[in-house]
Amino acid sequence: MRDFSYIAANTIPEAVALLDEKGESARILAGGTDLIVQVREARRDVDWMIDVKSIPEVNALDYNIATGLTLGAAVECYKIYADDAICNAYPGLIDATKIIGGTAIQGRAAVGGNLCNASPAADGIPPLIVLNASCVIAGPNGLRELPVEQFCTAPGQTVLEKGEMLVSLKVPAPKSNSSSFYLRFIPRNEMDIAVVGAGASVVLDDAKQTIVSARIGLAAVAPTPLFAEEASALLAGQEVSDAAIDEAAAAAQAIARPISDMRGTAEQRTHLVGVLTRRALNGAIERVREAT
Amino acid sequence: MARRSHVQTTINGETVEFLCEPRQSLLEVLRDELHLTGAKEGCNNGNCGACSVILDGRLVNSCLVLGVETEGKSVETIEGLAEPDKLHPIQDAFLENAALQCGICTPGFIMSAKALLDQNPNPTEHEVRYWLAGNLCRCTGYDKIVRAVLDAAAAK
Repeated sequence: MRDFSYIAANTIPEAVALLDEKGESARILAGGTDLIVQVREARRDVDWMIDVKSIPEVNALDYNIATGLTLGAAVECYKIYADDAICNAYPGLIDATKIIGGTAIQGRAAVGGNLCNASPAADGIPPLIVLNASCVIAGPNGLRELPVEQFCTAPGQTVLEKGEMLVSLKVPAPKSNSSSFYLRFIPRNEMDIAVVGAGASVVLDDAKQTIVSARIGLAAVAPTPLFAEEASALLAGQEVSDAAIDEAAAAAQAIARPISDMRGTAEQRTHLVGVLTRRALNGAIERVREAT
Repeated sequence: MARRSHVQTTINGETVEFLCEPRQSLLEVLRDELHLTGAKEGCNNGNCGACSVILDGRLVNSCLVLGVETEGKSVETIEGLAEPDKLHPIQDAFLENAALQCGICTPGFIMSAKALLDQNPNPTEHEVRYWLAGNLCRCTGYDKIVRAVLDAAAAK
């Protein structure tokens, strides 16, 4: 593997100063399940790995029913799905954390790292989009916040500027009568990369018959994970029905611009966007109705 | 070349000190520096699980951990499992069920199974299969491995 230096930063200012000084040659190390492979396979030129796992803010995992979730950027998948309150509040996020890699990957990989890796097929990103998550970013000029759907700019590329790092994700508290769902299509049962991924969140009325609002997020059908904004808006105020869900799924298909590659053709992916969007919406609705 | 770092860690209950370059994975440190060759290099990219070890109680791929990251941590490898005169129950179950052929994947499967049984002593077959999905075997067809893990759980 390429030679590089390793520094364990203990504070955000320390990590930011290092990132600012080293520029493009530095990369944050969290779980390492993407970064170490990329450096080993010479897909990323890194001279400095800055380990942030000793920084308290990056390890935060605080859920409060009133204020929502603060998810530190380096919190491993297994810690998220081991927390019953978080499982209950954000089931769509849990769906993703349980299918990112296998058990050994989930022991190291972080949802924040999944976001910073900016794969179009990232399973962790559509759930964050549908849960209205925002990114807390630290840089030389302090902190800034950004909606998660604006974070990725191209495959492997993000909005992070020189000296900036993702500190945490803030997920609003779930509204009453709401739930979320994420699923992907893969040809195996586990341990694979999404051909297409779809997440949905819904808020229903008290009778659980009408959709108050919904959000749909897609993976692996564009250079970045997508927020299907128009498809989501179509559902607001609609009674739960196959027709309403079909209409939203068709609108989601309309914004997909997939490529054909070894995992699937563009045609298959567009078809899958429809199928998976319907399943994600129905899955989220079902979860609201099952909750007591 | 980046300076070699001094790292102190606990491996199979014993304090171990080693020098390593930042670019050396935990797998390389175990095999090349400490001569613990039980963990195997298969894919070296986190897909096959042949290098599985337990780091601070969590199953990880040692090819995806840097040696320098293990400072102050605790590592369990296949070498720590058997007692001098007795195999670990999971090892016994693998032998009884003929759950190995070429043996390259076996240390990884056994460490993965140990991590599972440490936190879930009575898993269902479904849970065993999903837990072990990150460990690949090209000889056995998995069924004997799954039976072995279920037997080891029942034997406890």
